[in-house]
Amino acid sequence: MRSEARLGLALLLTPLLLWLSLLIFLPHVDIFLVSLRERIGVGKYQISFANYLTFFNEPLYLWTFFRTAVMSMLATVITLLIAFPVSYYIAKMVKGRVQSGLFLLCLVPFWVSELVRTFGWMILLRETGIFSKLLQAIGLSDGPVEMLYNDGAIMLGLVYTSMLFMVVPLVTTLESLPDEVIEAGYDLGGNGVSVLREIIIPHAMPGIVSGCIVVFMLSLGNYLTPTMLGGKESLWFTELIYSQFIVRFNWELGAAFGFMLLILSSAIVWGMLKLTGQSLEKTMG
Amino acid sequence: MTPDLECTDLTKRFGDTTAVENVTFSVPPGSFFSILGPSGCGKTTIMRMIAGFLEPSHGDIRIKGRSVLNVPPNKRPVNMVFQHLALFPMMNIADNIGYGLRRAGLSRADIDRKVQEALERISLPGIGARRVEELSGGQKQRVAIARCMVLEPDVLLLDEPLGALDLKLRERMKVELKSLQAAFDTTFVYITHDQSEALVMSDAIAVMNEGRFEQIGTGRDLYYRPDTAFVAGFVGDTNRWGGRIERLDGDSMALRTDTGMILRGATHGRAFAVGDRADVFVRPEAIRISYAEDDLSQFDNRLSGRVTSILFDGAASRVIVSGADGPGEIEVNLPQSGEFAALTKGAEVHIGWASDQGNCFAAGAR
Repeated sequence: MRSEARLGLALLLTPLLLWLSLLIFLPHVDIFLVSLRERIGVGKYQISFANYLTFFNEPLYLWTFFRTAVMSMLATVITLLIAFPVSYYIAKMVKGRVQSGLFLLCLVPFWVSELVRTFGWMILLRETGIFSKLLQAIGLSDGPVEMLYNDGAIMLGLVYTSMLFMVVPLVTTLESLPDEVIEAGYDLGGNGVSVLREIIIPHAMPGIVSGCIVVFMLSLGNYLTPTMLGGKESLWFTELIYSQFIVRFNWELGAAFGFMLLILSSAIVWGMLKLTGQSLEKTMG
Repeated sequence: MTPDLECTDLTKRFGDTTAVENVTFSVPPGSFFSILGPSGCGKTTIMRMIAGFLEPSHGDIRIKGRSVLNVPPNKRPVNMVFQHLALFPMMNIADNIGYGLRRAGLSRADIDRKVQEALERISLPGIGARRVEELSGGQKQRVAIARCMVLEPDVLLLDEPLGALDLKLRERMKVELKSLQAAFDTTFVYITHDQSEALVMSDAIAVMNEGRFEQIGTGRDLYYRPDTAFVAGFVGDTNRWGGRIERLDGDSMALRTDTGMILRGATHGRAFAVGDRADVFVRPEAIRISYAEDDLSQFDNRLSGRVTSILFDGAASRVIVSGADGPGEIEVNLPQSGEFAALTKGAEVHIGWASDQGNCFAAGAR
């Protein structure tokens, strides 16, 4: 009986273990090994940290690296600032059909692919686009206005793409806050600001943190949005990785970049958890 | 003396439905006032209007003589103990109790001192650093009250706060709430659907039904001298017979029930005419049961019948007696002297009650 149960458990775990080992663990090990290779001749390699040294010695790479991190953090903060009132409205101010309707509206953009959505923004923002025409028509601008290919456009795209991933955890945690707890906050003399600061935000903290982690990771690893809305020179770290692998055929350096990105995202998420006093179990559980 | 809380013609409509209709009452300082009614009668709506979470459609609310109609909840001198207590789970006990004091802008030292005092008041000193979920139901209850009482409100509102507790704890908390009220010497307004909570704790009770107050009075008034048929039926248990009035003589009257039995009752000042349809209410505990008919000679209502079932419930045990001449089933309380411990189903018994125990109301009246 015991051995049967053990066999059952093993069979149940097999797909998960296969998935984890084949699709996550093995590729990362391989990438790490590739990143440690240095090409010293045709078909000749030796193990060294040369690729990592290249990364640290080239200011453009470092600059792109930090720029990507800072822009992703900014995108996360902006997403949070926009998503919080929206989530509060959906979770607490409306009930029933309006609530599910609004929630669905947040979801609707995700029915089309990210590519199509991003093209949508390009149609709106380009020189011959709708906003440009509109500005000219109402006389705010003399000539066509190019709103694409700048950091603002990247930020817009990142925030737009990430919104749902912030709204969902926030709505879930805010819904679990009983109305009477908020009312008690007011009843005992609190005003809007203090109720928000002392009751609503502390309660929503796990949702805020998990939303922020997801949005930050998505922004940091986003390739499509920075490339399409920011143009070729948008200096997004994923583009560097792409160009090393695909354009330059320099897999070794690309792998080193990939590993740096992994370390960066892990370090920032860890730092954020420490800073807010949350643990991964608490946020994900 | 100015009443602590005074509501005049308080009305609340939600669309077409009227949740509260022309409710007027006043609560003298330091008293325990209960609003008792079935769920959905509008009692929570009254409470929320007093706390400031709802605007009345009509009428006025005055606290210590001052109208609070346009005062937001956080500025009203009333605090509320919510149904599920609504302690702040993100704070420890001391921070929960100190929340209102921090909002009022007191100094750190003052807050600490007042919180300590409050914890001693509720006999839970030293639990300040604990988390909310570490407390038992009764302790949470007391913390919720202390959290309001440190603000020294003019009126404390309690919205069925005992509902979530188990029976034994509820019994204990009833006594405790009453003594806390005396200790804090504050006006309590308590709403409940549980008549025993209201009867045990209150100085005055308002019985509410379908948005209106049926009667305001002490527990005894409501129990012995209900003003309306609803109060007679809602407060305590009762036997009820419908019939037509046969004879009127001052306060006493006789009624022939639909099954042909003659019952004597009292009008208690209500106006009736011979031939009116009326309902008579008699409480099971007002009916005496006996094996011998002679024991009941002092009662002017006497019946003989058989026990059709025994509902044993300790001190609140009852029997259902079916009358020989078919007046239907009558619930009778069993005296706990042991005399009837051996009573069996089918036993022949005699029952009787004094006519002034029979409260009579015009039929069809609510």
